[in-house]
Amino acid sequence: MPKLNMVEALNLALAEEMARDNQIILLGEDVGQLGGVFRVTDGLQARFGPDRVIDTPLAESGIVGTSLGLAVGGFKPVAELQFMGFLYPALDQIISHISRYRNRTRGRYSLPLVIRMPYGGGIHAPEHHSESTEAILAHIPGIKVVIPASPYDAKGLLISALRDPDPVIFLEPKRIYRAIREEVPEGEFTVPLGQAKIVRAGDQVTAIAWGAMVRETLRAAEEVGEEGISVEVIDLMTISPLDDATLVESIQKTGRGVVVHEACRTGGLGAEIIARLMEKAFLSMAAPIERVTGFDTVFPLLKLEEHYLPDAFRISRAIRKVFNF
Amino acid sequence: MLFEDYDPLAGRRLSILSPEGEIDEELRPPELDDVALLELYDRLVALRQADQQALILQRAGRMGTYPPTLGQEAANIGSAAVLEPQDWLVPSFRETGAMLLKGVPLKLIYLYWMGCEWGSHFPLEVRVLPVCAPVSSQTLHGIGLSWAAKLKAENSVTLIYLGDGGTSKGDFHEAMNFAGTFKTPAIFFIQNNQYAISVPRTRQTAAPTLAQKAIAYGFPGMQIDGNDLLAVYLATGAAVTRARSGQGPSLIEAVTYRLGPHTTADDPTRYRSAEELEEQKRFDPLRRVRIYLENRGLVTAETEAARQAQHQQWAQEQAREAEAAISYNPDEIFDYHFAHLPPYLVEQKAYCQRIVAAKRESGHA
Repeated sequence: MPKLNMVEALNLALAEEMARDNQIILLGEDVGQLGGVFRVTDGLQARFGPDRVIDTPLAESGIVGTSLGLAVGGFKPVAELQFMGFLYPALDQIISHISRYRNRTRGRYSLPLVIRMPYGGGIHAPEHHSESTEAILAHIPGIKVVIPASPYDAKGLLISALRDPDPVIFLEPKRIYRAIREEVPEGEFTVPLGQAKIVRAGDQVTAIAWGAMVRETLRAAEEVGEEGISVEVIDLMTISPLDDATLVESIQKTGRGVVVHEACRTGGLGAEIIARLMEKAFLSMAAPIERVTGFDTVFPLLKLEEHYLPDAFRISRAIRKVFNF
Repeated sequence: MLFEDYDPLAGRRLSILSPEGEIDEELRPPELDDVALLELYDRLVALRQADQQALILQRAGRMGTYPPTLGQEAANIGSAAVLEPQDWLVPSFRETGAMLLKGVPLKLIYLYWMGCEWGSHFPLEVRVLPVCAPVSSQTLHGIGLSWAAKLKAENSVTLIYLGDGGTSKGDFHEAMNFAGTFKTPAIFFIQNNQYAISVPRTRQTAAPTLAQKAIAYGFPGMQIDGNDLLAVYLATGAAVTRARSGQGPSLIEAVTYRLGPHTTADDPTRYRSAEELEEQKRFDPLRRVRIYLENRGLVTAETEAARQAQHQQWAQEQAREAEAAISYNPDEIFDYHFAHLPPYLVEQKAYCQRIVAAKRESGHA
């Protein structure tokens, strides 16, 4: 089985699904000849032609808004936005239309489309290229929001997203685009949307993360593991809808929890996760749940980003804190 | 040819039927003979009756906010009249007449403004998207549809409506740019009714016409008398022909006037004078067709009264059907967000059901 990084795994998923389903078309800035700024769509225009892999004018609202029409017109558009920092012009289309079309037409028009974009910090990118504002998207009803943390899951989740009858936003943690290689099978397999995954078993503390933070959290779990603290690490994989059941079950077992995200603290997804665990597992808890997050500041330019981003050091401290409460 | 003759930069505006009811026979579309014109006039009257009925419903508290079409009937009917069944119509929100002509039942339009989502559940074959409140965002949907038609080599065109205010929004410009770049079979139809709620057309742009905006995007635009049924019909027909024959998009600026308020929630006396309104009534799009038809002996006081009564009755029946057809089930708040209801919505739905039942039991319902 070939060892692939996340970019190659995503490319493979797109290629296989496009070969299987000729309704799938890709559109976005630089997705064609260049193969995307991160090369996720590399070689696809040469293989599937310029009518299926389409370089568009530079206009995020335009790319997403026309995708709605293309979906109603019988296609399955996969729109690429170059960076999450450029998502905001398209948010109007996502919030005002994409997310509600099925409901407002009482099921007359489903919108089977995928909006892909790289997100998150840690690659020394310029301003507007490092944000992780996924909580904004998780707040919107009517869309699903997916974030893979490994090449295998990236392929399986993207195939599920491409086959989903409803709109899916697919956030790609660019910091680990090429940082991890693992075995990714060719051919068909899927990883279901809406299900979290236990990526490390443990029974004393539950650590919940997604995207690039999964790797940092695993490092922290190793570190405190040497001190005798057994940490269960959960990769959410889909942030909307949230898989409460897996989280609740784990907290009921461990009684202690840490949530890790690189996004800002206030109103972040960590707050929602903790609220749900309070509602559903309060009596199992032996300590208040800790949050390890980015700060409530603008994401710093590259010289300071290492201080902004949660890392294994900060996560370990939080784990020890809840363990020793 | 028509678009070349009416270059907006040269300040030309297409007009065929004068306010005095006289037709420029040289420009008259041949298929629009007196019989065809009488049929379209009938649609104008039907729309006005449908609109009047909506206002009555709104004032009686049986409908929420409603945007009346009064004064813009020719722009609605003349444009949609040239479409074929396979064509798509993408409305803004003041296209009741165009939607009716394309086959949306009036009772659904009423139902939507009464506040029920089933009012946007159109029969698939009518090929009309639901109305769109955030102005201009629908223009991109229309370009996506026309792009899909082109990619599938389907012989359909997409007629997209927006208002003068909508031309100030970014999405309109992105839509024009995509349309021009990909040469999609689309028509931008601007109902320039002079006001975006209260803000006049002069505050939308410094450009002398809205039609000329198309030129920067690489396709033609034309300004027309939007209160002239024949001009609207001829211009939209020419744009459809262009689109269907692979020549790409075009833009029509129909200069019209909203005789009523923006919506029933609005008070137009705060931003425009009684004199202006009186002056504009002279250009009433129904009046001039009626004068022409009266002069031809095709409309008389009796036929006119009968026609109005017939359409009034139709509108009343549609309103009754809209009100009778639907029982409002709170489950529907949840049931249509996704193809398969996810567990968290199942949970919230069950909670909503318990609350509804508890309120009923405790006499709160």
